[in-house]
Amino acid sequence: MAQFTLPKNSQITEGKVWPKPAGAARTTEFRVYRWDPDTRENPRIDTYTVDRDDCGPMVLDALIYIKNKVDSTLTFRRSCREGICGSCAMNIGGSNTLACTRGIDECASNNVVKIYPLPHMPVVKDLVPDLTRFYAQHASIEPWLKTTTPAPEKEWRQSKEDREKLDGLYECILCACCSTSCPSYWWNGDRYLGPAVLLQAYRWLIDSRDEATGERLDNLEDPFRLYRCHTIMNCANACPKGLNPAKAIAEIKKMMVERQV
Amino acid sequence: MAEAKAPGARPEEFRPLSPHLQIYRWTWTMAMSVAHRITGSALYVGTLIFVWWLVAMASGPAAYATFQGVAGSWLGRLVLFGYTWALLHHMLGGLRHFVWDLGKGYDLATRMNLARLTLVGSIALALAVWLIAYAVR
Repeated sequence: MAQFTLPKNSQITEGKVWPKPAGAARTTEFRVYRWDPDTRENPRIDTYTVDRDDCGPMVLDALIYIKNKVDSTLTFRRSCREGICGSCAMNIGGSNTLACTRGIDECASNNVVKIYPLPHMPVVKDLVPDLTRFYAQHASIEPWLKTTTPAPEKEWRQSKEDREKLDGLYECILCACCSTSCPSYWWNGDRYLGPAVLLQAYRWLIDSRDEATGERLDNLEDPFRLYRCHTIMNCANACPKGLNPAKAIAEIKKMMVERQV
Repeated sequence: MAEAKAPGARPEEFRPLSPHLQIYRWTWTMAMSVAHRITGSALYVGTLIFVWWLVAMASGPAAYATFQGVAGSWLGRLVLFGYTWALLHHMLGGLRHFVWDLGKGYDLATRMNLARLTLVGSIALALAVWLIAYAVR
């Protein structure tokens, strides 16, 4: 049975209100989830005020502003700052997205931006979730080309049409925004693979060069691994790359039926 | 090392769970998915009312009069209207899922409109059923 409330050690308390930047004309308030593994106190929400004239337009710019100028203990992952590495995935303004591609003005409500780590995940520190299980689930679908015929002299060839079937799938950056937006994954993440991993599974299922389609489907034919998807569609709403994991999952379900007739 | 095995010594054991339902912004598709579950559960209760009606009919005029007394009260009518709405909402939800199971209607505008239509359609149909029922009474 799903537990809808947070465990005792995870309940959020009021945190610190950090001083406003002196002489700033244009500011925005950021309320950020904090948790420090060294004190082991309950998580808290700290309030920061960012000088918008001294800060870039994106939420990641504001987080870097806070870390550099206000509170160097604020911890978050970031790398490419252009939506291709997937490191800065977090819950901003109530939806999962990448901090680097989400504009501050897009997600501020009454000039306040609320930031939490990806939902229903164990927190390593502040905005950094533990993604160990997510990566293990990705490994479980064996995301690589599997063949039985002898390898060709040069590359495995693919027609233009077959290559186009991978569009909307290969762009996934495994940021985990979709999986951690999914209530089914919240309640059954230990057994349900989640939208990101299932989209990856479909990416190999429809690759014309792959020769393990049957095995791959056998591996997914399970009440939990695949069929916990109830088309809630939070995945498609969240994906910062505009992909549609829900649709990919529907295609897998169709393949399951089609191979039986 | 004995200390390392003590409860709470490994970070995995005391890491908090990040908030989920508490902070996630509701979307139409998410709300209608929850509503589909709730109406589905409510239909069990509705079926019991339906069975009561059948049993009362089979048992004779006295038992039927009792049923009619309860069902005809304002509270009874409210519950029956709720049952009508739940049934229609669950039916439209089922049709919506049928469309999605065919692999269609997944783009942003369509999926949101299908979800909205479930709510608007079910309320409109429930009102229509009751207006017709009162009109032909």
